[in-house]
Amino acid sequence: MSAAKPAYTRPLDLRHGHVDLGHGAGGRAMSQLIADLFVRAFDNAALARGDDGAVLPAPGPGERLVMATDGHVVSPLFFPGGDIGSLAVHGTVNDLAVMGARPLWLSAGFILEEGFALAELARIVASMAAAARAAGVQVVTGDTKVVEQGKGDGVFITTTGVGALPAGREPGGARARPGDAVLVSGTLGDHGMAILAQRESLAFESQIVSDSAALNGLVEALYAAVPAEAIHVLRDPTRGGLASTVNEIASQSGVGFELDEAAIPVAPQVRAACELLGLDPLNIANEGKLVVVCAADAAEAALAALRAHRLGAAAARIGTVVADERCFVQLRTPLGGRRMVDWLAAEQLPRIC
Amino acid sequence: MKYVTEFRDGALAAGLAGAIAREVEPGRDYAFMEFCGGHTHAISRYGVADLLPANVRLIHGPGCPVCVLPVGRVDMAIRLALARPEVILCTYADCLRVPASDGLSLLKAKARGADVRMVYSAADALALARREPAREVVFFAIGFETTTPPTALVIRQAAAEDLRNFSVICNHVLTPPAIDGLLSAPAAAGLARPRLDGILGPAHVSVIIGSAPYAFVAERHRTPVVITGFEPLDVMQAVHMLVRQVNEGRAEVENEYTRAVTAEGNRKAQALMADVLALRARFAWRGLGELPASALRIRPAFAAWDAEAKFGLEDRPVPDHRSCECAAILCGAKGPTDCKLFGTVCTPETPMGACMVSSEGACAAHYNYGRFRDLSPVR
Repeated sequence: MSAAKPAYTRPLDLRHGHVDLGHGAGGRAMSQLIADLFVRAFDNAALARGDDGAVLPAPGPGERLVMATDGHVVSPLFFPGGDIGSLAVHGTVNDLAVMGARPLWLSAGFILEEGFALAELARIVASMAAAARAAGVQVVTGDTKVVEQGKGDGVFITTTGVGALPAGREPGGARARPGDAVLVSGTLGDHGMAILAQRESLAFESQIVSDSAALNGLVEALYAAVPAEAIHVLRDPTRGGLASTVNEIASQSGVGFELDEAAIPVAPQVRAACELLGLDPLNIANEGKLVVVCAADAAEAALAALRAHRLGAAAARIGTVVADERCFVQLRTPLGGRRMVDWLAAEQLPRIC
Repeated sequence: MKYVTEFRDGALAAGLAGAIAREVEPGRDYAFMEFCGGHTHAISRYGVADLLPANVRLIHGPGCPVCVLPVGRVDMAIRLALARPEVILCTYADCLRVPASDGLSLLKAKARGADVRMVYSAADALALARREPAREVVFFAIGFETTTPPTALVIRQAAAEDLRNFSVICNHVLTPPAIDGLLSAPAAAGLARPRLDGILGPAHVSVIIGSAPYAFVAERHRTPVVITGFEPLDVMQAVHMLVRQVNEGRAEVENEYTRAVTAEGNRKAQALMADVLALRARFAWRGLGELPASALRIRPAFAAWDAEAKFGLEDRPVPDHRSCECAAILCGAKGPTDCKLFGTVCTPETPMGACMVSSEGACAAHYNYGRFRDLSPVR
């Protein structure tokens, strides 16, 4: 026998290839997918080591760790303003950001469906890598599983994130106090309506673009402008929209809210689409919006900081926290009447994120 | 938005509120029923009641098609979808959550393996049948006269194309017989007919049927009717017109919604409905009980597209829940909070009765938008 030749492996066909069961089987095919696609795209030392986990530095003195996780099953996978890859980064980064943390690292678990085009997977992974770079986080560890055709829907992505929480930052849903101001960082309902408009039965003429974005920069801008103790609650109003978010805060804090409908920003095309479909923009999901509950005397500075940031140009003060042990959210309508804003009762749109 | 925002204007609303307040006679009570769920929704959504004088009371009527849909009809659809794997059952989103027998709903049947899909229009269901020739697409059609012409149209289209894998479960109901039933003797036994000083007449339904079919309300029942649009200012304008009729002792059919409604309605749509659909002798409405000549069925000429005939479906009526006050609420004899179930076991998440089922139902509207008024003020 002659000397052993290095084993030849056919390069991954990222143009015409498809995911097969081998890509999740733990053998060479999986190792190749990881090396040629994921490690290359996410490009960092911890991942490149190829070990079972990532070794990471401890947080700075006085800092605590924050961890969050988020599964993504959005359909369609690609939509105006983003795709499941960027969304999977933004979802977890935002969960960390609204805890007041600086997001640092993500893990990514992929569940791929047999037959899924590698070209689409490569596009999603590239989008994820770009979103992670833009947000200043690294995808340092991951997992890949393949399910048989018909048992998945292309790709599902779960991301888990770790961030560092600087001393003094204690935002939390239970900290809203009567008298606090309620701000939102921009127009509501863009993400949900962008997805809905892509669904086959509802092709709209107007192009509504998802607001999917990482909020950590906006949160940092807010903390730079306002004393940390003045920021009582931060939330990103995703599924269930602003209505569910505000109701959550109300019950966590044991307070009520009074919102002014006329002050709540909604893009005209979203308003029109909601009107057409009988939906309330307050119930529609967002993926790049921040709700801030802060001390009233910090509201002006907070609003100015939001508006100065590229993601907060349309920020508005939309209401006030009031004492109400029933934890009701009330709304002044533009007509001059009042009504309650309740939790969303049923799933309006499945698989929105 | 053109034709929308101008009908929600706060300044105009304040002006109208002032006009109504000046018009009402102190010491007199005005009880008006808004027939349609669309009105109920607008009133609750915009807080219209806050702008009306205390002696003007709005009573939520039975005009929410999902609410009055009998449980037996949903059971029928569920049985079909569960028994026949080839069936794709399509319906409007609101229908999916309607509670049926055995703790089921169409949504829960879907979780048990039935192929149930939400569509936004009858045309979507027809398109699905064209795309899926190997499946049986059944459209579960509900609604008043507003959604009836589209159903008639898809049946006629399917017949023209000889599309044999498409059929319809027709649950369409008619507005005038429901108003007649309400004003005559409430079908639910033992209910005193509520005093109604006027009716806010349907908006979209009247676009189809016109204002003429309501003449009997004014003539026979001596009750004023003002047909009105679904925007809050429409509702307020109609209240103003009803107050005037009451004060002047008139009972007439007036039309506030002139931008869309004529006396004769949409003749083409009426002809389409008459061509494909015929009156059922009687139909058991949820909450209102059995009303004669109040619903539509598919004509025998189109039997191949009538799912009830095609699959031999059986309509087994189911009585309403015993403690449920829907019958009295739909007649205006009671309010949502008079029901023991309201807000306890009956909520929008777990509706027990018809009025809680859809967001346009009297109870759901009050639960979602108005219940902060019920409880004692905050300390």
